Amino acid sequence: MQDQDLCAAQNRGVRELGAEKLVGWDEVQQGVVINSFEGDATGIVHQKAEERIYSDFNSYTATVASWRVQKPVFNIDACIDCQNCWVWCPDSSIISRDKQMLGIDYDHCKGCGVCVEVCPTNPKSLLMFAEHTELDTALSGWPEKTKKEEK
Amino acid sequence: MAITSIKNLKEFSTNNDRFEGAHLLCPGCAHSMIVRELMNCTDDNLVISTNTGCLEVSTAVYPYTSWDTSWIHIGFENAATAISGAEAMYKARKRKGTLKDPNAPVKFVAFGGDGSTYDIGFQWLSGAMERGHDFTYICLDNENYANTGGQRSSSTPVGATTTTAQAGSHSYGKKEKKKDIVSIMAAHGAPYVAQLAPNKWKSMAQGFQKALGTEGPCFINTVSACTTEWRFDPKDTIHITDLATDSLMFPIYEIIEGHELNILYRPKNVIPVEEYLAAQGRYRHLFKPEHKHVIESIQKEIDQKWEMLQRREEARI
Repeated sequence: MQDQDLCAAQNRGVRELGAEKLVGWDEVQQGVVINSFEGDATGIVHQKAEERIYSDFNSYTATVASWRVQKPVFNIDACIDCQNCWVWCPDSSIISRDKQMLGIDYDHCKGCGVCVEVCPTNPKSLLMFAEHTELDTALSGWPEKTKKEEK
Repeated sequence: MAITSIKNLKEFSTNNDRFEGAHLLCPGCAHSMIVRELMNCTDDNLVISTNTGCLEVSTAVYPYTSWDTSWIHIGFENAATAISGAEAMYKARKRKGTLKDPNAPVKFVAFGGDGSTYDIGFQWLSGAMERGHDFTYICLDNENYANTGGQRSSSTPVGATTTTAQAGSHSYGKKEKKKDIVSIMAAHGAPYVAQLAPNKWKSMAQGFQKALGTEGPCFINTVSACTTEWRFDPKDTIHITDLATDSLMFPIYEIIEGHELNILYRPKNVIPVEEYLAAQGRYRHLFKPEHKHVIESIQKEIDQKWEMLQRREEARI
């Protein structure tokens, strides 16, 4: 018993490890806290992305555009606003406002191509093109409506 | 209750995303589809904790965070424990009247991969379910430890090759059966337990809403197709999930109060499991003549499971 008291008094081991400020068993050492927004973020669920004040720590301010080899191109003429691309986009990169599909957020799109696969229109309103393709070039070469094969 | 109503996809798309892009999950990963859907199906404040796994390491790479809600990063096994503690503290502070806005609705959610749910965090999850905290646990089941290079977990199905259960001249991949986590969690007497898939977005959103609206510990197992370890093209994530649900490899159903089973999706045309297996690289070896018997046994297993689910739904016990 006496020996234990001695150990506690001398903090044996603690000093050698350089950890003099160890917290007790009933205290909490706070880890890193990163705030997603500047200031009050109470009503964030009712704000659209452009209305929010993002902090520099929010990944919304970062970009993964360099990951892309191919990019999806959106043709508004063929779109029926079904929002399939919106619900299945893994990167929150489909910009949809008031039930209308407006375009693609190329800062966050990784070019996976899920949106093109789930697009139900004929011809598709989203198609994959090489990353360097200009928008006008892509839109001018858009495929025509394909007829169903006769049985 | 401030849960948004969802009639159709157009209505659903008016929600504002609370899970931001530029996280570092693989292109075409189903994890973020599931997380986005959970956060879009409610207006309530969310407190989320996440087990270590793909989701956690790629959404909180310092100095960035992709979460627009309170989010707790915790050890491999502790998401259920951390959310239990947060929920208990919330209740205590509400009772003492020290909350800033006591009437604001708050929901507690824990995310875990299959490694942390089926294996490493199993005991902690079981404990939290037994204590009856008011939280929803969502397992993102991609059937292996994808974060560390695709080791086998107890969720990996029979016949799949993984880095620690490799197919070769002496083996056809994993030989052990997949753990039936949904039944185990239902046996805890949880008020709501379900298995859902992201390709059926409506049943998934409704399932999430039910779980969030139910008081008590709820568990949801979601199928999360992994492009890297299941070895398919990133664009085919939804197609593979379609195959999984249509071949009944992943039946979509819910169990209420541990006994009332409802099947939420019945495929019009049930496809043979070969189509699902053939679409993925991890099952490629099964199509060699010497391993054909494995496919037959998988099909038999699926048929038995489906028969069991249907009969349990009829019996209501």
